[in-house]
Amino acid sequence: MAMQAPAPEAVAEAPTREAGLWSDAWRQLRRNPLFLGSALLIAVFTVLAVAPGLFSGADPRACNLSNSLGRPSAGHWFGYDLQGCDYYAKVIHGARVSMTIGIATVAGTTLVAVVLGTLAGFYGGLVDAVIARVTDVWFALPTFLGAVVMLSVLGGKGLPQLTLVLVIFGWPTMTRLMRSAVLTVRDMEYVTAARALGAGDLRLMWRHILPNALAPVIVYGAIRVGIVIAAEATLSFLGLGLQLPAISWGLMIAGAQARLLTAPHLLLFPGLFLSLTVLAFVLLGDALRDAFDPRLR
Amino acid sequence: MPVFFGATFLIFALVYAVPGDPIDALAGDRPLPPAVRAELRSRYHLDDPLLVRYGKYVSGLARGDFGTNFRGRPVSEIMKQRFPVTIRLALLAFAFEAVLGLVAGLVAGLRRRSLMDSLVLVSTTVVVAVPVFVLGYMAQKLLAVELGWFPVVGIRDGWRSYFLPAVVLGSLSLCYVARLARASLIEAMRADYVRTARAKGLPERRVVGVHALRNSLIPVVTFLGVDLGSLLSGAIVTEGIFNLPGIGQATFSAIQTQEYATVVGIVTALVLIFVLANLLVDVLYAVLDPRIRYR
Repeated sequence: MAMQAPAPEAVAEAPTREAGLWSDAWRQLRRNPLFLGSALLIAVFTVLAVAPGLFSGADPRACNLSNSLGRPSAGHWFGYDLQGCDYYAKVIHGARVSMTIGIATVAGTTLVAVVLGTLAGFYGGLVDAVIARVTDVWFALPTFLGAVVMLSVLGGKGLPQLTLVLVIFGWPTMTRLMRSAVLTVRDMEYVTAARALGAGDLRLMWRHILPNALAPVIVYGAIRVGIVIAAEATLSFLGLGLQLPAISWGLMIAGAQARLLTAPHLLLFPGLFLSLTVLAFVLLGDALRDAFDPRLR
Repeated sequence: MPVFFGATFLIFALVYAVPGDPIDALAGDRPLPPAVRAELRSRYHLDDPLLVRYGKYVSGLARGDFGTNFRGRPVSEIMKQRFPVTIRLALLAFAFEAVLGLVAGLVAGLRRRSLMDSLVLVSTTVVVAVPVFVLGYMAQKLLAVELGWFPVVGIRDGWRSYFLPAVVLGSLSLCYVARLARASLIEAMRADYVRTARAKGLPERRVVGVHALRNSLIPVVTFLGVDLGSLLSGAIVTEGIFNLPGIGQATFSAIQTQEYATVVGIVTALVLIFVLANLLVDVLYAVLDPRIRYR
């Protein structure tokens, strides 16, 4: 019954259609409104991060104390913060920190996870056992407390330190994911065939296994960007991440908490932007999973 | 066991690598005579190599001694005072996420593509996207300050004062539980054994309630087991917002005042809880899936 609807289309496309995992997923994605919506949101936030000046002429650091805690108005949509800075400009400029840290952290985590996970899955044996033990130990550590302790060890509290700590506590999950994906691909016939034709280990991993084992990591990576952005905001909010005068949504919300009753707009706007960014990445991950995982269709 | 030693050693090494001299912090403004300083350093084993210190610490642990902080207070006493608050909070959050998450996930999974399903999907996605501290302040402002339904901060109102923090703390995992339950139920409903059960003419109630449900619970139980540990350790933010004097706040202030012993003791206890929770999950597996027992 469920077969009827897509059948004619599939037949019509069949002769020209490329049946690879990636092109198949891409065709799925192009038709998914969820994907288009989240991609659009991410594009907007990327532009905000790269060129905040396009959206706000005001300087977020040019503040006038006489405007302190001013309510939102027609000229200044988001009102003013305690120091009398234009809040709209501040919120817009806050996108840069979140996007940078989200993407840098996930890029780093993915790199570590793909290398370790592929090695563990491909070679098995001792390599696998050692990597599995280390991830087990890492899992047992309470992530958040561990991150807090490690940030105090590192001393500095800038973007590089935060990124490092978030990578250190993010790699185990992804490594396990990568390892199990490699395991399912490793013993496929085409890998054996390539090996029989004389392909070396590196070539097997790079050309034959990796392209077919990457999908779960990419799905998780998209969701992970959202998680990391929220984590940065939380750490900065606790005073353990970025420090003033850095402009970050977490710091803005931390500043808003003391004046929750008199100036709720200070919480509302950064909270809204933060949530929207996280939402965009979570939705992107969902759309990617639907496209890559045929079981859920 | 190797997990326990590996994790505790890691945190031990990390915490003792925090820069700054704790004796200076202890002394405050007054300079200490060298003799006193030497005595304090030897009492806290500050001059021993890291491995020796860790060995001494573990042998103390075996006797139930979590160490003493720099003000001479046993860490176990601090934990005894702080843990009940966090445990109450975590258990309430756990019950909230497990019950509501399962119900929402199963209802959505059974009536796939229905209004209820879309509602669950949309609401879980939105809640996942809102960071805990934003959610916490919103809930505090709306439900406690404006509407006055709940106490705003503190624990003086008994269970009532734990309710709102627990909902905030559990909401993120609630979404995961609901989505996980939904996905695995949908998968189980398509499995061969469900078709077989239907073909045998079993009533739908039994097909879903026994055959599909029991199998789809396994991933949910795994998640809940791991999550119990993270609820206990991840309550720093929630405890801060609602000013609950729990383990998260104790850790936070211990890190800031360089009370190494307290930090290490608490993390050790949390790692222990994590290991035990995993053990419990393994036992539950065998109950849910007899194949695992007979393997």
